[in-house]
Amino acid sequence: MGVALTRAAQWTTASSGTGKLEITPVNESLLKEILEFVEQFSSRHPQEAKHVFKEPLQWTTSLEASDFKTEYDISGPTVKSHETDKDGHPMLQLTPPSISVHSFSQLSKIVQLATDKRLKEVRACLEANRDPVAKMLGPSFATVEGEDSSVLRLLEKVKEGDQAKETEIKVKLIILLQQLDTQLLMPFHPPPHSVYYEFTNGCRTPPWRQVHGEICYLVIKPCDTQPLHITCSTAGVFLNGGIRQEGEENSYDRTSDVYKDLVTLLKSKSPHFAENINKQVGFHVKQVAMLIVISCWLLLLSKTPGGVGGADDFSESSSESEEDEEQSERRTESNTDLPSEYWQIQKLVKYLKGGNQTATVIALCSMRDFNLAQETCQLAIRDVGGLEVLINLLDTEEIKCKIGSLKILKEISRNSQIRRAIADLGGLQTMVKILDSPDKDLKYLAAETIANVAKFRRARRTVRQHGGIKRLVELLDCVPDSAALTEEQEKDVEVARCGALALWSCSKSTRNKEAIRKAGGIPLLARLLKSPHENMLIPVVGTLQECASERSYRIAIQTEGMIEDLVKNLNCDNHELQMHCASAIFKCAEDKRTRDLVRQCEGLQPLVTLLSQADNKQLLAATTGAIWKCSISMENVAKFQDYKALETLVGLLTDQPEEVLVNVVGALGEGAQKPANRATIRKCGGIQPLVNLLTGTNQALLVNVTKAVGACATELENMTIIDRLDGVRLLWSLLKNQNPDVQASAAWAICPCIENAKDSGEMVRSFVGGLELIVNLLKSTNKEVLASVCAAIAKIAKDEENLAVITDHGVVPMLAKLTNTTDDKLRRHLAEAIARCCMWGSNRVLFGEAGAVAPLVRYLKSKDSSVHQATAQALFQLSKDPNNCITMHDNGVVKLLLGMMGSTDEVLQEAAAGCVANIRRLALANEKARYG
Amino acid sequence: MAEMSAMNRKLIQNLAETLSKQVKHFNKTEAECLIRLFNGLLGDQSDRRVGNGLDRGKFRNILHNTFGMTDDMIMDRVFRAFDKDNDSYVSVKEWIEGLSIFLRGTLDEKIKYCFDVYDLNGDGYISREEMFHMLKNSLIRQPTEEDPDEGIKDLVEITLKKMDHDHDSRLSYADFEKAVRDENLLLEAFGTCLPDAKSILAFEQHAFQDTLER
Repeated sequence: MGVALTRAAQWTTASSGTGKLEITPVNESLLKEILEFVEQFSSRHPQEAKHVFKEPLQWTTSLEASDFKTEYDISGPTVKSHETDKDGHPMLQLTPPSISVHSFSQLSKIVQLATDKRLKEVRACLEANRDPVAKMLGPSFATVEGEDSSVLRLLEKVKEGDQAKETEIKVKLIILLQQLDTQLLMPFHPPPHSVYYEFTNGCRTPPWRQVHGEICYLVIKPCDTQPLHITCSTAGVFLNGGIRQEGEENSYDRTSDVYKDLVTLLKSKSPHFAENINKQVGFHVKQVAMLIVISCWLLLLSKTPGGVGGADDFSESSSESEEDEEQSERRTESNTDLPSEYWQIQKLVKYLKGGNQTATVIALCSMRDFNLAQETCQLAIRDVGGLEVLINLLDTEEIKCKIGSLKILKEISRNSQIRRAIADLGGLQTMVKILDSPDKDLKYLAAETIANVAKFRRARRTVRQHGGIKRLVELLDCVPDSAALTEEQEKDVEVARCGALALWSCSKSTRNKEAIRKAGGIPLLARLLKSPHENMLIPVVGTLQECASERSYRIAIQTEGMIEDLVKNLNCDNHELQMHCASAIFKCAEDKRTRDLVRQCEGLQPLVTLLSQADNKQLLAATTGAIWKCSISMENVAKFQDYKALETLVGLLTDQPEEVLVNVVGALGEGAQKPANRATIRKCGGIQPLVNLLTGTNQALLVNVTKAVGACATELENMTIIDRLDGVRLLWSLLKNQNPDVQASAAWAICPCIENAKDSGEMVRSFVGGLELIVNLLKSTNKEVLASVCAAIAKIAKDEENLAVITDHGVVPMLAKLTNTTDDKLRRHLAEAIARCCMWGSNRVLFGEAGAVAPLVRYLKSKDSSVHQATAQALFQLSKDPNNCITMHDNGVVKLLLGMMGSTDEVLQEAAAGCVANIRRLALANEKARYG
Repeated sequence: MAEMSAMNRKLIQNLAETLSKQVKHFNKTEAECLIRLFNGLLGDQSDRRVGNGLDRGKFRNILHNTFGMTDDMIMDRVFRAFDKDNDSYVSVKEWIEGLSIFLRGTLDEKIKYCFDVYDLNGDGYISREEMFHMLKNSLIRQPTEEDPDEGIKDLVEITLKKMDHDHDSRLSYADFEKAVRDENLLLEAFGTCLPDAKSILAFEQHAFQDTLER
């Protein structure tokens, strides 16, 4: 309020000290604002209100001892508050006409008890204390026009780590005071020029910047770097040129990358922040202070239209863990400001306890008139013991009381704390029993409440253990598809719908999925899937897609003809339903038959159409997932080609959440198995964003990106672009990733790159330590990694110089060590690598000495014909060494090779013949030597 | 004797025919069953002539024993609601008309019926005083409280707040009807005056199946 008082308030004399506030409309409204702020301060911020001011606020008051009541010591005309500081000095002291006050809590009280004299008191106080902030927090916080570094100063103080708690309160206090300042100043600025002004659309930027999507500007002062001038826009968050005043148009320009949210930006700009933000536990003081500053801005951001994505994400990640985790209870600490609802609800609960059926029903109906969606009311019911009574009512014979109670429980169980309390009180067991009731109202209400309560693991288990799953499945048994329903049938449908809702919640536990299946739920769900009503279809498809994580369900969805219905509902106009349908297809389309069915039911086109709903990220993630999995079948890829799906998918490679990107890239990777699509991806500008994604950290995404890049690299024109973007180096560095899936996928992608890059030998050599790195991966225990690395080594070894280097790194004994494998995929690529590596120095001999020959001969007995070709080539190379020929011969290679010489595979033919010829030649030479 | 009973049977059938046309929800056979039941209940009143019908005491016994009602005042009011001609007897026609609402009444019919039961003085409004009268035994009285009626008064206020849409401190039929339509649970807001599903089932079983088999 300091700034507001000096800048906006209209004083009679310009000099500081004893000026008077003029009686003007501006001052009038200023005073009222301050009054309101002070009045509500102690109930809104009870902790901060207790903070003892550095210096008391003193003024000449018109209050008298008789105005003070309880909580004060009154002796004659003087008054002292009961509330004292830690040294025992009273927080308020009145010696008429002078009053001195030490805390906001006392200020709040004065304003309350001064009734009609309150404005006068506030005026007197402010006139006597021209800079109240300085008095409250100390002279270092005196208001200085133009520059405000007080928070920074405090942060420094916090860094010193002394009196952490107190300083934290001080930080909060100063933030609150600054917020008041902001609020007070708002009307006094000509709207478009003020950074503070909030437009009705929620933006705090001048209109000519709003057209660029800019929402607000922040200055954040991290403790380890320069102040950051930040622009929050609809496209993301970025640094600007340092906007201080209007007119400097170029200061609005972007000077950094665009980040998806504030946290990401801060992470990249402030190492200290990055280091600490990830330490979820053990907050230390510095961080708390930083977070306070940030959270106060996030608060501001959350008010922006549509939200700056990240702000929402951030707040969610801290409070949304309730889905599965047992959340510790957060309770308001002070009971001083209980809302009036609390007392009214307490009274009603009393009537519930002590009333007969008639009184109980009246009390229940009246309770429903409260806003049960509001947490205050929900917790009030719990805190006055209402939950126990409501749950007890469920155990009575009185149907009306049960219905009334369930109608309340159904609403308040949307609150996670209430859910837990209901479960703790045994409410689930009772509600499960009610499912057997002949009364349909009771049934559906109980099922709907169970649906709300069973949002956490323990509750879902309770439902199952008390036979709830079987009963809920029974509720599904109704006839939903006749057009005109009687009133009774309509109720049956409602019962089934709520049953499906409850099963949906329960189906998040694996054992419940099993229980639903065993109770015969699948055919009933399949029948309800024919319903024409969206509100029925959403929980039904929701359950199905949840359960589709289990193989038994995927088979059932395929065999019971549900794909057709899922596809049909892709065409509806309800996004949630479309999302669940796409998600179900996503999970089921791992299976080839299902993929074919989706195509045959003409489900591919609606999926492509749904790609246009790019704003709904959940829907987009499900849709792209379904497209990805469906693309595993080449027939589907051809269809997607017709529908120009790849063109759209390429457009989704930027500015999407990771769960979308994983699927988009997965789909592109599958699509790129077809040459025409590889060209399409290039022509739509897809190569660059794909290569950019190689720098990410999400492992599922990396697996897909490497695969897609690898597929694209098989096209020479694509390879030129990848090369230019230094994509091979990025792929190579992914070999260092911890995840074997990423390693393998990167190694596979490297193969076509080496094959197609210009001067690939030179390129590979330019990666410092790269060859050693890839050779060392031969120590991996993962078969896929080994196979992919062997394949890559086979490509690398084509370059003689590189072959020499990897030989130095010991590639020969390492490859030889792997030869005993029985894995055909590894055998094939291992044989390729051995064949190539034979080309250098004495490697042939070394392979023989390392015992690689005999196992290779056995490869010829493999059932996989692709192993034969590579093996024959390796043996041909090895047979150039006489000792190897002897080993081969001893292991019966000739007979096996003779068979292969008759193969239709010419490469195989030739290699087999060459090898046999070498053996034969050796034998002849031997004979010649022996017999002359 | 056989002739008498044959004649009697003919009479009953004719009456059933007529009543099933006048009263909703029952077919001829069901009406016949209810007439027989009525006659059976009358049987003990040997000193009176058939046609007078069930007196108050008899009727209250049925409400209590068959339909599980307990509140004396409400039972009296139910009797008054059945006894449309106000002659202190429930005639066979009144019996069947009343039961048609009792057992199978639509929501509309039940709203009308309940309002009649609760409008104690029949002036077309349920007043504060009437509410208080009907609710006065609905709460356990705390002897410690200064005013033992405080809870009841409060309950009346709550009810008015919820149901008195035109804010004239009493419930007109329109108020009552709207409140019940919004929240069906309020149908019997001032006391149980309709049988519950279980008693209905038991009664119908007894009346329509057992009577026929006899």
